Amino acid sequence: MRRRPLRHATFTLGAAITLALILVAAVSLVYTPVDPLAMSITGRLQGPSADHPFGTDQFGRDVLSRVMAGAVTSIAVGVIAVGIGAGVGVLLGLVSGYVGGWPDEMVMRIVDAVQGFPAILSALLFTAVFTPGTAVSMVAIGIAFVPAFARLTRAAVLELREREFVIAARALGGGDARLMLRHILPNSLPPLIVQATTSFPVAILAEAALAYLGLGTQPPQPSWGLMLKEAQNFLGMNPWFAVFPGGAIAVAVLGLNLLGDGLRDLLDPKTA
Amino acid sequence: MRRYVARRVAALVATLFVVSALVFVVVRVLPGDPAAIIMGTEGSREALERLRHSMGLDRPLTVQYVEWMGGALRGDLGRSLQYDLPVGTLIASRLTVTVPLALMAALFMVAAAIPLGLYAATHHRRAGDYVTMVLSQIGISIPQFWAGLLLILVFSVSLGWVRSGGFDGWSSGAGAALRSLLLPAIALGLFQAAVLVRATRSAVLDVLGEDYVRTARAKGVSERRVLTRHTLRNALIPIVTVAGVQLGQLLAGAIVLESVFALPGLGRLALGAISARDLPVVQGVALFIASTIVVINFAVDLAYSVLDPRIRYE
Repeated sequence: MRRRPLRHATFTLGAAITLALILVAAVSLVYTPVDPLAMSITGRLQGPSADHPFGTDQFGRDVLSRVMAGAVTSIAVGVIAVGIGAGVGVLLGLVSGYVGGWPDEMVMRIVDAVQGFPAILSALLFTAVFTPGTAVSMVAIGIAFVPAFARLTRAAVLELREREFVIAARALGGGDARLMLRHILPNSLPPLIVQATTSFPVAILAEAALAYLGLGTQPPQPSWGLMLKEAQNFLGMNPWFAVFPGGAIAVAVLGLNLLGDGLRDLLDPKTA
Repeated sequence: MRRYVARRVAALVATLFVVSALVFVVVRVLPGDPAAIIMGTEGSREALERLRHSMGLDRPLTVQYVEWMGGALRGDLGRSLQYDLPVGTLIASRLTVTVPLALMAALFMVAAAIPLGLYAATHHRRAGDYVTMVLSQIGISIPQFWAGLLLILVFSVSLGWVRSGGFDGWSSGAGAALRSLLLPAIALGLFQAAVLVRATRSAVLDVLGEDYVRTARAKGVSERRVLTRHTLRNALIPIVTVAGVQLGQLLAGAIVLESVFALPGLGRLALGAISARDLPVVQGVALFIASTIVVINFAVDLAYSVLDPRIRYE
């Protein structure tokens, strides 16, 4: 039976929130209510008002505009980090599962070791020798994703390697590269797509945490985590400043999580 | 089984060596000269050379690695440039904050997640299940440090019940110390609890569908006994696995919460070391945390195969 994605409530709600997030980010590139970098000495740390629906920060900058612009940073870091994790992880998993033997053993030990480095730890190490910035966030978060992608791909390859259609393709003279790229990889895609979708919200959470710690995105670039770091100093004066950027993170992550859950239901025949 | 354990231990040792190599490569091999970073822009060329020599940076990389690793194996992680104390001593003193914080968060996580997960599973597809799932969905969407900020906003700024952060140390009384760790532990545990609720629910649901549960019910075993003796005991295997892996994540998360609540733990030690260019400390803390997580994952993996005799390894 074919399942209709739009009748799946979790998937639809998740997709709607995700689309809204992308739309906000896209719009912020050409239009924000106020210039996100424009300061105003007289209008500092105001609560929500008609002019500034989300209030203003310690430099009088419009929080709504900065939250909108922050979506771009989150999405960019998410896309690149998931790209790094998936790219490196799938490659390692393919080699490990297909070749087997000592290369497999070696790759798996590296994967085990990398699992000991959550994004925060890698970012700590990188900022010890590099200037902190968005690039550090992307790489640190991407590295943290490698083990999951590598394991998933390896498991899929191990299973598919023995299947009739792969053996048939080999009997017909297909080379290793062709077997891997044309027969094995496409058939292991569904779990990888789910993994990529569920990694995305994790990346957004990690980007915010790194920016908050001063290890990732740096001022004046708008980032939700960075805004919360600034807001913490003014909790007594303008609590709203700490509410809206955090709310933006929560809504974005919620939407992506729902989308991931929905995709898993739709793509995984076992949970039908 | 014994051969399996021996192989896993060998793999663990290999993994720990890879961990140390990764830390070493990032700090020493990647472009960037630790001596120049420490020296900043003021140092003369001779002073830089002297520092490089005293740090052993003018020797071959393999020698440097073997020396650092040899020291680490004997518990010597080098000396902090900032505090002029052994890195191991610094880490040990900061663990008195980070470990209780992570353990309190773990306690909160288990105490909240297991009853809720069990409740949701036994009320499958009823209102209670949906409410629990919506709550856990919200829980995994809230960044831990924002949860911390909101707790400060409510309990410290608005209600004035607790301080917004800081830690006076264990010497000023365990009660006061635990109180200053309470909000950060809740903020840290909330996210992980939401993850564990879902894992518990699905593990219990799986077991509830088993034939032996139906058999137990059919022969008239009380529902309470079915849940505790037949269901939860068997569902605990996947639950323990998830919770174990989460311990490592709590350790990493503690770094962030220590910053939010100004707690003098391992994370703040590392962050301070970065701004002070105290590379031996950064290197030592990274090696310590990564190795701890790897060992936790190993223990979970092993526990899994011991707890579940159905699992056979080749």
